[in-house]
Amino acid sequence: MTEESTIQDLETLVNPVEDFLRMERMPHIWCPGCGIGTTVNCFAHALESSGLDLRKVAIVSGIGCTGRVSGYMKLDSFHTTHGRAIPFATGLKLANPDLKVVVYSGDGDLTAIGGNHFIHAARRNVNMTVILINNFIYGMTGGQVAPTTPIGATASTMPYGNYEQTFNLPYLAESCGAVYVARWTSYHVRHTAKAMKDALLKEGFSFVEILAPCPTLFSRRNKLGDGLDQMKYYKESSEIKNDANTKDVGLTLQGKIICGTFVNKDKPTYLQTYNEFMAKKLGDRFTPYKG
Amino acid sequence: MAADPKGIRSGAYFIDGDHACAEGAIAAGCRFVAGYPITPSTEVVERIAERFPLIGGMFIQMEDEIASSIAIQGAVWAGKKAMTVTSGPGFSLMMEHIGLAAMTETPCVFVDVQRGGPSTGLPTLPGQADMMQARWGSHGDYGIIALCPNSPQESFDLAIKAFNLAETYRVPVLLMLDECVGHMTERVVIPPAEEIEVVERKYWDGPRDELLLFKPGPNGVPPMVKAGDGYNIHVTGLTHDERGYPVMTPAAQEKLVRRLVDKIRLNADAIVEYREDGIEGADIVVVSYGITSRVAIPAIERARAEGLKVGHLRLITAWPFPAKRIRELSHRVGCFVVPEINYGQMVREVERCVAGRTKVERVSHGGGSVHDPKDIYAKLAGCLKG
Amino acid sequence: MPENEPKKKALGSVVINAERCKGCGFCVEFCPTHVLKLSERYNAKGYHTPELIDPEHCTGCNMCGLLCPDFAICGYLFKKKAK
Repeated sequence: MTEESTIQDLETLVNPVEDFLRMERMPHIWCPGCGIGTTVNCFAHALESSGLDLRKVAIVSGIGCTGRVSGYMKLDSFHTTHGRAIPFATGLKLANPDLKVVVYSGDGDLTAIGGNHFIHAARRNVNMTVILINNFIYGMTGGQVAPTTPIGATASTMPYGNYEQTFNLPYLAESCGAVYVARWTSYHVRHTAKAMKDALLKEGFSFVEILAPCPTLFSRRNKLGDGLDQMKYYKESSEIKNDANTKDVGLTLQGKIICGTFVNKDKPTYLQTYNEFMAKKLGDRFTPYKG
Repeated sequence: MAADPKGIRSGAYFIDGDHACAEGAIAAGCRFVAGYPITPSTEVVERIAERFPLIGGMFIQMEDEIASSIAIQGAVWAGKKAMTVTSGPGFSLMMEHIGLAAMTETPCVFVDVQRGGPSTGLPTLPGQADMMQARWGSHGDYGIIALCPNSPQESFDLAIKAFNLAETYRVPVLLMLDECVGHMTERVVIPPAEEIEVVERKYWDGPRDELLLFKPGPNGVPPMVKAGDGYNIHVTGLTHDERGYPVMTPAAQEKLVRRLVDKIRLNADAIVEYREDGIEGADIVVVSYGITSRVAIPAIERARAEGLKVGHLRLITAWPFPAKRIRELSHRVGCFVVPEINYGQMVREVERCVAGRTKVERVSHGGGSVHDPKDIYAKLAGCLKG
Repeated sequence: MPENEPKKKALGSVVINAERCKGCGFCVEFCPTHVLKLSERYNAKGYHTPELIDPEHCTGCNMCGLLCPDFAICGYLFKKKAK
């Protein structure tokens, strides 16, 4: 969004991200130093550079801090139940395949309570973009452990430290069948915006994991400083390794972060498969399904 | 307006309630179904799975009932009429999303082919023990509509009615079959499409910038829109204002949730439906629904043959309950007899409306079969004595 | 700067909506040319907001705008003057 502009009227120069926001609902609820707003900037950028017809973009979120994104974006937006954004999005997409459906939700929402739906939508290669903001915690409800909370980190329901194994989300997504898998952090704003754009334009189940600070719950409880300290950690500890084997990109507490585009392949989407299969099976009796 | 003939197989058939329900949905214009297999409802979606690819519908077997019950809501907001189908255990899983549909005023149909419960219970045998759950099953306050067919023909007819009510009141509607009605095979007549009355979704047709997605019209029902039409709608399960934006205050709660309850309560006269037989001058009124309403008939006929004045009130809508009619009858009837395949659910509504003015007797049955008509007869014969 | 060295021309600038800012410091820390600093002033919420301390080195890259979680700052390029 660095279009050229004159400096005629500084007072009226509007932050271009505002075109994508429900400004009447500002200020948002996120904490100082929270990375979700940063990812929203990237998403707005991605929407714009994608060239998509915004009237056909629908955003679906679940419950949690990241779940609030749908409420702030000026798109057809659906704030559904905890963990169930993906099946709602599946219904939306299958009923009107012309819609560009984006799921924007958090790590707990999408992979704990929503885990089953995540794996099946990926398995089916339903044409949707899933943007998962990973802050390693259940932020909104006060900092409970999530499947992504690193071993050793404390959470309100793991007060002595988390001892459970964590998900390696890119590995999970790839193994379930996602055609596009990328991970970045909210420090990597340009990469994030590009990955989101690529994911939006990708046909099939595309998955982008973005690490973001949760200063109020995750960082503070674990004495990791504030949002800025987490961003510095992302900058210092991340290594860009496109085409890394997703098996090797697991995360540890304040450990190395492998970023990049790990998977980018082509596979027929759910509807493409359905139409091809049914046409073959039913011949003239079948009219290709377009919604 | 008349149904779209495409996809409707008019004619006379010998099919069971589950299959008839599927055909009713198709006749109503349903073209999206998400479901999960569960006895004794599975045949509904199996038929849909066969029929939909040939008529431009989309059926998907989701990974569980929770996914099914919300996938249909996504489909509704993309512009389709949508339905899901289940039985007791799945009905319990769907409760959160029935509440979501009520809160977001998403018109859709949930079919519960009731079986013996609780828990896994009796998967292949009848029950009618989900009736209170149908009204109160999701957390919080909301209004809802539930219909009870008592035959395969009614499974067809009331499936259409369910969709029509859903669209009229922008509300989820429950179609409460039971295993008997679902699995009994009878003659079902599917009329020509032009004789089938279908309510189409009322989309906003006012100026674009004046749309308030949750602002009620004169009957308490807001207009609908669909995703992709450029309205930038927001639909949330949080308590919200007329724009649909979350406003979590007691004032917003009062305004919204009271309207959700009143939307059905204050329109009850237009929604409530029941069938009466021999009510005039009756000393005893049998209140029944579903398969039990048919089992009650031989009992009622035997009692009448012995000189008892027995009327029969059969619920078509279990919810909203025909409170007005029951109250009215309670002033002149000696006893209400309520047979149900449960330990007393709709009888509580009868008791509530009767408010002690006259006797109310239940004929309970735990489930697994229908009543023996002798048991209903015995209650009829004895209820006015002593 | 020595007197006869040509003055560096800024390529762009920033617009700061200080009242939205929550003082997280992302923009200051990650500005590629370090032209921002949290000022001494407070906004109404009590946060120190950024100020452009070295306008000549602003490239208008909008890294600050992309980073800002509160949509409180954005960078823009000056229009190039025709020769």
